[in-house]
Amino acid sequence: MPAVRGDGMRGLAVFISDIRNCKSKEAEIKRINKELANIRSKFKGDKTLDGYQKKKYVCKLLFIFLLGHDIDFGHMEAVNLLSSNKYSEKQIGYLFISVLVNTNSELIKLIIQSIKNDLASRNPIHVNLALQCIANIGSREMAEAFGNEIPKLLVSGDTMDVVKQSAALCLLRLFRTSQEIIPGGEWTSRIIHLLNDQHMGVVTAATSLIDALVKKNPEEYKGCVSLAVSRLSRIVTASYTDLQDYTYYFVPAPWLSVKLLRLLQNYTPPAEDPGVRGRLNECLETILNKAQEPPKSKKVQHSNAKNAVLFEAISLIIHNDSEANLLVRACNQLGQFLSNRETNLRYLALESMCHLATSEFSHEAVKKHQEVVILSMKMEKDVSVRQQAVDLLYAMCDKSNAEEIVQEMLNYLETADYSIREEMVLKVAILAEKYATDYTWYVDVILNLIRIAGDYVSEEVWYRVIQIVINRDEVQGYAAKTVFEALQAPACHENMVKVGGYILGEFGNLIAGDQRSSPSVQFQLLHSKYHLCSPMTRALLLSTYIKFINLFPEIRTQVQEVFKQHSNLRSADAELQQRASEYLQLSIIASSDVLATVLEEMPAFPERESSILAVLKKKKPGRVPENEIKENKSPTPVTNHNNDVNNSSAVSGDLLGLSTPPTAQPNSGNTGVLLDVLGDIYGGKQANNSNSATQPVNMYNPKKFVCKNNGVLFESDLIQIGVKSEFRQNLGRLGLFYGNKTNVPLQNFVPTLSWPDDQASKLTIQMKPVEPVLEAGAQIQQMINAECVDDYTGAPSIVLSFLYLNVPQKITIKLPLTINKFFEPTEMNGESFFARWKNLGSTNQQRSQKIFRATQQMDLQAARTKIMGFGMQLLDGIDPNPDNFVCAGIIHMRSQQVGCLLRLEPNKSAQMYRLTVRSSKESVSIEICDLLADQF
Amino acid sequence: MMQFMLLFSRQGKLRLQKWYVAHPDKLKKKITRELITTILARKPKMCSFLEWRDLKIVYKRYASLYFCCAIEQEDNELLTLEVIHRYVELLDKYFGSVCELDIIFNFEKAYFILDELLLGGEIQETSKKTILKAIAAQDLLQEDEAVEGALRDIGLLRKHRKVSLTTMALDNHNRLT
Repeated sequence: MPAVRGDGMRGLAVFISDIRNCKSKEAEIKRINKELANIRSKFKGDKTLDGYQKKKYVCKLLFIFLLGHDIDFGHMEAVNLLSSNKYSEKQIGYLFISVLVNTNSELIKLIIQSIKNDLASRNPIHVNLALQCIANIGSREMAEAFGNEIPKLLVSGDTMDVVKQSAALCLLRLFRTSQEIIPGGEWTSRIIHLLNDQHMGVVTAATSLIDALVKKNPEEYKGCVSLAVSRLSRIVTASYTDLQDYTYYFVPAPWLSVKLLRLLQNYTPPAEDPGVRGRLNECLETILNKAQEPPKSKKVQHSNAKNAVLFEAISLIIHNDSEANLLVRACNQLGQFLSNRETNLRYLALESMCHLATSEFSHEAVKKHQEVVILSMKMEKDVSVRQQAVDLLYAMCDKSNAEEIVQEMLNYLETADYSIREEMVLKVAILAEKYATDYTWYVDVILNLIRIAGDYVSEEVWYRVIQIVINRDEVQGYAAKTVFEALQAPACHENMVKVGGYILGEFGNLIAGDQRSSPSVQFQLLHSKYHLCSPMTRALLLSTYIKFINLFPEIRTQVQEVFKQHSNLRSADAELQQRASEYLQLSIIASSDVLATVLEEMPAFPERESSILAVLKKKKPGRVPENEIKENKSPTPVTNHNNDVNNSSAVSGDLLGLSTPPTAQPNSGNTGVLLDVLGDIYGGKQANNSNSATQPVNMYNPKKFVCKNNGVLFESDLIQIGVKSEFRQNLGRLGLFYGNKTNVPLQNFVPTLSWPDDQASKLTIQMKPVEPVLEAGAQIQQMINAECVDDYTGAPSIVLSFLYLNVPQKITIKLPLTINKFFEPTEMNGESFFARWKNLGSTNQQRSQKIFRATQQMDLQAARTKIMGFGMQLLDGIDPNPDNFVCAGIIHMRSQQVGCLLRLEPNKSAQMYRLTVRSSKESVSIEICDLLADQF
Repeated sequence: MMQFMLLFSRQGKLRLQKWYVAHPDKLKKKITRELITTILARKPKMCSFLEWRDLKIVYKRYASLYFCCAIEQEDNELLTLEVIHRYVELLDKYFGSVCELDIIFNFEKAYFILDELLLGGEIQETSKKTILKAIAAQDLLQEDEAVEGALRDIGLLRKHRKVSLTTMALDNHNRLT
C-alpha cells in the first residue's frame, strides 16, 4: 500500500487492498456486497457516527461506484458532509456529489444551500470548492441559483486571483447550460478587460469565457479583438524567462496563446483598424519565424507546445484568408512537417493543409506537395494518417491534376483499408464528375470503381453515372460499348450488371451494328447474369428485356420465352412474377407504335447537384471535406442536350425510386423511372380521392399505420391527407398528398415538422417545402425523406396550419415513421431461430415482454395481416403451437443494425396475448414491444 | 472544451474518469468500453489522435497507464497532449515518482489535483507551482484536522511502496524525452 497524504483513511486503504487481492470477479463482488451491507447498517443504525467515519464510508462508496457498481444510497450522508466544518470532510462530500449526482436529482436543492454558504466563506479554498462543484454539475437550477453571484465574484476587485479563475470557468459552464445568465451592459466591458489582468491564470480562464460569449454575440464583445492582439503580441515577443512559471518547456504561455488565437478566429480580420491588423500580422509572422529557429530543447513537450501555437496561428491565417504571403508561408511550413518523423505532426499537417487547399491564395502552393501526399496515402502505417492524406488529395484536386489524383486513388483503392473504402469511392466519383472534360474518362473511372470496389459503390454512385450518360449524347455509344465489354468478365459485380442492364436497355442499339454485340448476343450476355442476381437487379433486367423488344424486334420471341418462364411459379418473388407476366402481355398485345411510345428513350434528368456529395457530407459529421475552391473558376462544361425539359415535380436524387417494389411516383411526369413503366404495381390506393363524400368525416387513426405504409392518413370536411411510403435499409421516403376538399383555396398552407430535438438526431427528417396556397379541389404532394440514424421512440408529427375562409385551422398528424419501418425481414429456420432466441434472452436487458388483454376480437387471420405489415419476417412452422406467431427481422440504422426476434402467443380462452421481443438492444426491444402490443 | 478524461491501465481497467458533460451512467460505461478497446488495439508508433464520433480523441501512454481525452473539433490536439503531460507532472511531483498504485489508493487526491488544472473542461491554471501550492494548502488544512500525523503514515508504509515502484512505476525517462 503506498503512502497516503493529508489525513489518509486507513480503513479505505485496507478496503482497496482487499479488493485488489480478490482472485476472481465473484470474490470481488462478495467483498463489495459485504462492505455495502456494513456501510448501510452503519448509516442506518449508528446515530453517533462521527464526521471522519461518515467521510470514510462515503469515500468507500465512491470507490465502489468507480469500480463500475451501482450505488443507491449514501447521497444524504454526502450532502451532510457539505456542511461539516472540517475541510477534509467537506471536500469528500463535494467529490461524491460531483461524481455521482445527476443534474436532475432531487438533492440539488439541498446542495445549493450548502454551496451558497461556502460561496460566502472568507476562505478562498472553500469558495473554490463551491465553484468547482457548480462547474462540475452545471445544471439549470444552479444557473438560476448562482447566476447573480458569480459574475460579481468574477469582476470584483476584492476577489483573489484563484477565485477569479474558477469563477470565470464556472460562469462559462453555466452559460453553456443557460445562455441568459450573462448580464450585458457595463458587464461586457468589465469582462473584456479581464484580458488585461496582471495574472496569467486569470487571463487564460477569462479568454475561454470570452470566446464562448463572443460566439453568441460577436458585435457586443468586439472590443476584445484589440486587447487580445496586444496580449498576444506581448507573449510572442516575450523571452521565455519573462513569464516564469507560465513558460512551458521554453515556450511562453502556450495555453493562453492558443486561446487568444482561437478567440480571434471568431472575427474577420480587423480591417477598420489597420494598426491592430498590422500588429496581428506581426504576431503571426513572429510565430512562423520561430518555427524555423532551432529548437530550444529536444523534449517532445517543447516541440508539441511550440507547434500547438503554430498550428493555431495557421488556423487563424486560413480563417482570415486575406494575406497571401502568410498563407504561402504557412503552406511551406506544413510541407516540411509532411516528412517529419513524428506521426502526430504529419497527421496534423495533412489536416491543416486540407484547409489551405480551399483558399485561392494557397491552393497552388499546396499542389506542390502532391507527390508527398500521394506517398503518405500509400505508405503511412497508421490508417488515420492515410485517411487524412486522402482527404487532402480530394481537397487539392482541380482540373489540372484530377486525372492523376483520381488514377492514384483508384490504384490505392485496390489495397485500401476497408474502413476508408466507401468514403474513397464517393470521393473518386465526385472528383471524376466534377473535373471531367471528357465524359468517356468519367465513364471509365466509374466502371473501374465498380470493378475494383463494387461492394462499396453505393446506389447514389451508379444512379449518377446513368443520369450523366442519359443527359449526354456524346458519351452514350461509348458507355454502351464499355459496359458491354465489362460484362464479358466471367465474374462481374452486381452493380456492374445494374449499370450494364440499364445502359444497354437504353442505348444497346448504338452498338448492335457490330456482329460481336448483336442484339441476341447482348441479350444472352445479360441473361447469363440473371440467375446470380438479387430480385432488385432481376427486376431491372426484366425491364431491360422489354426495352429490347422495342429496340430489337428480331429477338422478340427469344425475350418472350424468358418472360414466359418467369411469369409463373418459377419466380418466387411476386414482383418478378407480375413484372414478367405484364411485360409478356404488353409485348403480345401492344402494337409496335404503342410499344415505341411506352418504351421511349429516357428523357434527360434535370441538372442538379450530385447527390453523392450529400452522402459524403453526411458521412463526416465532424468535418465536411471540401473541394470547393475551384468551383467558381472552372465551370464544368454542362452540355445538356435537353435543357428545357422543365420538370417541376419533386424528384429526389434517386434514379429507381427507393426500392425494389416499383415506386409509384404519382404525376412524376416524364421523369417516370424505368421501373415504373407499368405504373403502380403494388398499388397502394391513390389517395387523391377528393370528391368522396361518403367518407367518414374526421377520420384519423395513426395506430393503423404502424402496420401499413400507404393509405388515407387523415380526412376531415376540409382536407384529405394521403400517404405513400417506401423504406429501404435505414432510409425512408414518404409522399404526403394534401387534397383540398372544399371549393375555396386554402391559404397560408404550411406543414411543419414536430419532432423533439433529442429524437431528431436519431431519425433525421428532411421536408420539401410546399406552395403556400392549396387551390380548391386540388391536390399537392410533399416529399419527406427520413433516415434512421440511431434507435428512437415514437414518431414525428406534422403540424399543418392553414386558413380556411380566413379562419385559422390547425391539424396535427403523426407520420407513419415508427422504428419498425426500418425492418428488413429475415428468413431463418427453426434451429437458428431458437439458438438466437436463447442467446438473446440471457439478460433482462435484451428482452421485453407484455401480457395484455385483447382489445379487439381475437381474429388470428387479422393478426397475421397486421404482423406481416409490421415489417418482420413471419416464420411459419417454427413454433410448435400453430396459433403462435414467430418473427425475425433486422432494424437498419446508419451506424448499426439491430437484430430482433419476436413471439406472439394468443390465448383464446383467456382472451389474452403474450408478446415477447428480444433484440441486441434493450431500448429497441421495449419500443418494438410497445408498438406491436398496441395493435391487438 | 474537453468533454471527458479517462485513465485506464494496459489491462483495460478504468482508474479515473472525469466527465465535463452530463451523460447517463449507461452511456458513460458504453463510451468507456468502446474507447478502451479502440485505444488498446493501437500500435505504439501510431498517431496519438483519432476521430471518434464527432469528437477528437487524444491519448498518450505513460508506463502502464493510458491517459485519454475527448476534445471538440476546434480544440488543439497537441496542446491537449501537454494538458495530459502537465497532469502527469503534477501527480509525479505530488506523489513523488507516481505509479498506478498511487492513483488507485489515492483516487480522491487525483481528482482534487485534476480539479485545480481543469475546470468545466477548460484549462484553469497551467502553472505547476501555483497548483501544487493550492494542493499543499488543502493538505495543510486536512493535516491540521487529522488526528494522526501524515509523517508517521508515510514512514509506516514506505516498505510497500518500493515493491510498487519496480513493477508499476511510470517510466520517467520515456516520458520526459
